Amino acid sequence: MLNCKEAAELMSQALDRELGVGERLSLNLHLMFCAGCRNARHQLSFIRDACAAWFRQSD
Amino acid sequence: MIEVNVQTEMEMLRPRLLRFAQLQLRSSAAAEDAVQETLLAAIEAQGQFNGAAAWSTWVFPILKNKIVDELRRRREPETDALPADDTTDSGDYFAADGHWMEMPTAWAGPEQALEQSQFWAVFEACLNGLPPKPCQVFMMREFLGLETEEICKELAISASNCWVLLHRARLGLRECLSLRWFGATAMRGK
Repeated sequence: MLNCKEAAELMSQALDRELGVGERLSLNLHLMFCAGCRNARHQLSFIRDACAAWFRQSD
Repeated sequence: MIEVNVQTEMEMLRPRLLRFAQLQLRSSAAAEDAVQETLLAAIEAQGQFNGAAAWSTWVFPILKNKIVDELRRRREPETDALPADDTTDSGDYFAADGHWMEMPTAWAGPEQALEQSQFWAVFEACLNGLPPKPCQVFMMREFLGLETEEICKELAISASNCWVLLHRARLGLRECLSLRWFGATAMRGK
């Protein structure tokens, strides 16, 4: 079973490459049991969205 | 040809273009140059501007190209490789057993934050607070829209180095935004 540090690495890499089947399974399993990592995953994807939104902000 | 009051549009856009260039080039002089060249190129090619789109959606890609050129130009081979121990230090956020030092709690109202100018000031301050290398790679990925392979090629680093740097930048931003923006309103628990 992944620990949070390993799970966080995979969450970040999922934004840059397609994870393997095994990686996805073990990440999802970890996320089922870990509220902290679920929060972190939302936040990482929020950060990506915020970067895209940076261009659309009004002055 | 579409009628655009080029002068006015540019003056309005200029501060944002400068901030964008400065975040990535980390030098006011280089940012000024890139923005100046961009505006000249934009004026020269204004006949190609499709008036249906926002002016900014047309000018930013020109600036992005200038920035990629500049980053490519200033590439220094001796600083490209990361020391080996550099690949393991997302450790700042995790205990030895791999657990979060501080469990991430949910952020309140992230969508609303995007509408607030104070949020963007904090966001940019957090970006500026990242160490230079992770920041540069992160900006290339998220703001210039480059794929990891392109970044690796530009900076002559390995894919795994690139992922480590991106991860570090994201964790740093997450932490900074948690503390400086969402901290006050964070909801406890799940």
